[in-house]
Amino acid sequence: MTKAITVAGLHKTFGRTRALDGLDLDVDTGEVHGFLGPNGAGKSTTIRVLLGLLRADSGAAQLLGKDPWHQAVELHRRLAYVPGDVELWPTLTGGEAIDLLSRLRGGVDTRRRDELVERFDLDPTKKGRAYSKGNRQKVAIVAALASDAELLLLDEPTAGLDPLMEVVFQDVILEAKAAGRTVLLSSHILAQVEKLCDRVSIVRLGRTVQSGTLSEMRHLTRTTVEAETERPADGLADLPGVHGLRVDNGRAHFAVDGAHLDAAVRALSGLGIRGLVSHPPTLEELMLRHYGDELSANGHESTGTGVTPGDRSGDRTGEQPSEAAR
Amino acid sequence: MTAATATRTPAPAGPVRGGNALAGTRTLIRFNLRRDRVRGPIWILALFLGTLAATNEYTTLYADPEDRASVVATLDSPAGLAMTGPRHYLDDYTFGAMLGHQTLGFMAVLVGLMSVLTVTRHTRGEEETDRAELVRSTVVGRHAHLAAALCVAVLANLLLAALLTAGLPALGLDGIDAGGSLLYGCAYAAIGVAFAGVAAVTAQIASGTRAAGGTALAVIGVAYVLRAAGDAGSNDALSWLSPIGWIQRTYPYVDNRWWPLGPCLLLAVLAGAAGFVLSTRRDVGAGLKASKPGSPTASAALTRPFGFALRLHRGMLTGFGAGLLLMGAMYGSILGDAEDMLQNIDQLQEALDKIGGADVAESFASMVMVVIAVVAAVYVVMAALRPRTEELAGRAEPLLATGLSRTRWVASHLAVTVLGGTVLLALAGLGFGLAGAAAASDAMLIPELVGAALAYAPALWVTAGVAVALFGRLPRASAAAWAVPVYAFLVGYLGELLQFPSWMSNISPFGHVPQLPAADLDWTPLLVLTLIAAALFHLGLTGFRRRDLETK
Repeated sequence: MTKAITVAGLHKTFGRTRALDGLDLDVDTGEVHGFLGPNGAGKSTTIRVLLGLLRADSGAAQLLGKDPWHQAVELHRRLAYVPGDVELWPTLTGGEAIDLLSRLRGGVDTRRRDELVERFDLDPTKKGRAYSKGNRQKVAIVAALASDAELLLLDEPTAGLDPLMEVVFQDVILEAKAAGRTVLLSSHILAQVEKLCDRVSIVRLGRTVQSGTLSEMRHLTRTTVEAETERPADGLADLPGVHGLRVDNGRAHFAVDGAHLDAAVRALSGLGIRGLVSHPPTLEELMLRHYGDELSANGHESTGTGVTPGDRSGDRTGEQPSEAAR
Repeated sequence: MTAATATRTPAPAGPVRGGNALAGTRTLIRFNLRRDRVRGPIWILALFLGTLAATNEYTTLYADPEDRASVVATLDSPAGLAMTGPRHYLDDYTFGAMLGHQTLGFMAVLVGLMSVLTVTRHTRGEEETDRAELVRSTVVGRHAHLAAALCVAVLANLLLAALLTAGLPALGLDGIDAGGSLLYGCAYAAIGVAFAGVAAVTAQIASGTRAAGGTALAVIGVAYVLRAAGDAGSNDALSWLSPIGWIQRTYPYVDNRWWPLGPCLLLAVLAGAAGFVLSTRRDVGAGLKASKPGSPTASAALTRPFGFALRLHRGMLTGFGAGLLLMGAMYGSILGDAEDMLQNIDQLQEALDKIGGADVAESFASMVMVVIAVVAAVYVVMAALRPRTEELAGRAEPLLATGLSRTRWVASHLAVTVLGGTVLLALAGLGFGLAGAAAASDAMLIPELVGAALAYAPALWVTAGVAVALFGRLPRASAAAWAVPVYAFLVGYLGELLQFPSWMSNISPFGHVPQLPAADLDWTPLLVLTLIAAALFHLGLTGFRRRDLETK
């Protein structure tokens, strides 16, 4: 599969601040790639380097086979960008801003623009200064999607959108994916990433700490198991890879490393399984595993294990990580 | 309505509600003063020192009684009175009378400008950035922002009055005594506070900060025109409609009448109170006058880089164009009188002789051109630094992520700047020429004066070049481009009077422009300036292509 974006060993410093410290990123053509990391991890800086707005100190970056700094304009005709913090011209209407941005990119499909304006429930006659954050965001999203760009660079595009618009956004991105476009989606909304993204890269302190499909990542991480057995399951604690075993009323809760899941389940079946629930790790848990030491530094008690005991259900990823951190 | 409100606010509830509505005012005043710690003193000192400098100038310009008599004769014409103040000052034209006559009207506009900008910045300006919302969510009453903004404006005006009261008598000029200076300073403060009140009202009505400031400035403009018309004509009643007319009728150093300040303060109190009442009927961030819905789609012209830049510059360009046309016309209207006005003033005569020229009118026209060119240069710097404003506001980022190259983006702003500046010169020359031709009944003045103004175009382009080069190479020092018009004014305008050495004017691009119509047209310096401008453009554009875009 060809690569839409390849980034290797990217470095960028602003004065004394080191924003990127050898970041790597690979995005395949036609995939939706999640770009995750806490505030200040270097996500926006990376995207700005990819746009040729910032010049990297060292490292290689290629976009659609071209150099983002020297061939910026050529590339910009083939990509669309939604900034995380959309600023509009106070005296221009939203509709004018959409047309301006998309025509400067190389043309606007008016039918598609009108359809998107309708779907996002945007009033294009209001002046830029009158829009709320969410509406400014919609203007940028419509402008980006109304063009037929091959590559979409989205920097926290839905930070100000309401849940209804979030659903519309996800539909639109899935349509873009079906049309064969490539999307780099930087986001904090993990449910969105789980739903949309084929692969994710997790960055931290300007470096990529993990990259791959969600199932690959899950495999490397612990699965939560909750089992009801005929005989007490106390002995499981001695098995390799089993963590945080807790047994009450014949129900065992524990987390087990991906590589030792098989052995753990065999041991359970020897005890007579009455009921068995297992959860793959949620994206939230994956994230927490990587930032566990940061959490502990901030006084959070669950350190490092990345998996909190068994009463979690798999579909709770919608919670913000910050909430879990509290 | 008022009766109902009165009965619904009985005594016990009153203080509590009032206290709540103004909660946090004191903190906000301190906060505003902190934010104005540079801007405020610059305004106050500039107005104070400007007044002192003008006053001091009288001693050299009008040292002899004959000089004074001749200036009285010149000013005692409709054009002369329109540019200064009521005729009563002329009866005994002491230095004090001159000060009141010649400066009050003009300075009232500047003091008003300071007040208007202060009030709108701390009210609607804050709301537009959403900072006010954050502040209002804390323990801050609904009236606190407006109250704090007005307090800061009043404070600035009182400070200016105090400085003038203390500073003017210290010059030790004949006829400028302590009592008159106190009234003179208070007149400044009174007009400043009155226009602060006006701004408090327009800030509630207008749809945005710029509109609020613009409407208030329009009120100042109308007030000035009313008094000019009243003073020039026989109908004194027109002047009495204008707050500027009121303060001019205090006749400081002449009659020392205090009571005309009364209506001024009354206006301030009424307008301020109206501002508070109106503010309860609008939402934070919106004016009473709803922002009109605009076009849902962009015109073809808007989506071209040049058309888009023109759209962003449109308002400012129109404002400067109208202002320069009027300014040219005002100078033009006294061109006929210039001869009489100037030839008896030795100092000016000397300066004009240095410029050369067939007659005094031509020399006078050449001097006016310097002023016109400096005003156009102010526009050029503002316009050339617009890309920097856009960059810092985060609006350049989405644009430069499209097919628009960095060079084309800056070049389109630069094109508007260069063309706009040139058009401004032509407009000012046209206004000057039209009015001058009418006053002196000589139609040939029109092309002559338009041409003389346009001779400054290459110097304007160099000014734009300095701004763009700084933007591209040293973006954080962009504001240093302001040095060009400031220096050009100091050297070009005051330098002639104060006889600066010639190397000082050689540093300024404006110092190399042939001083048409008095001097002969010399193409060499104009070509050299054009080449320098082109080199600076190149420096700026290539520099911007190589640097990081500053992002939030």
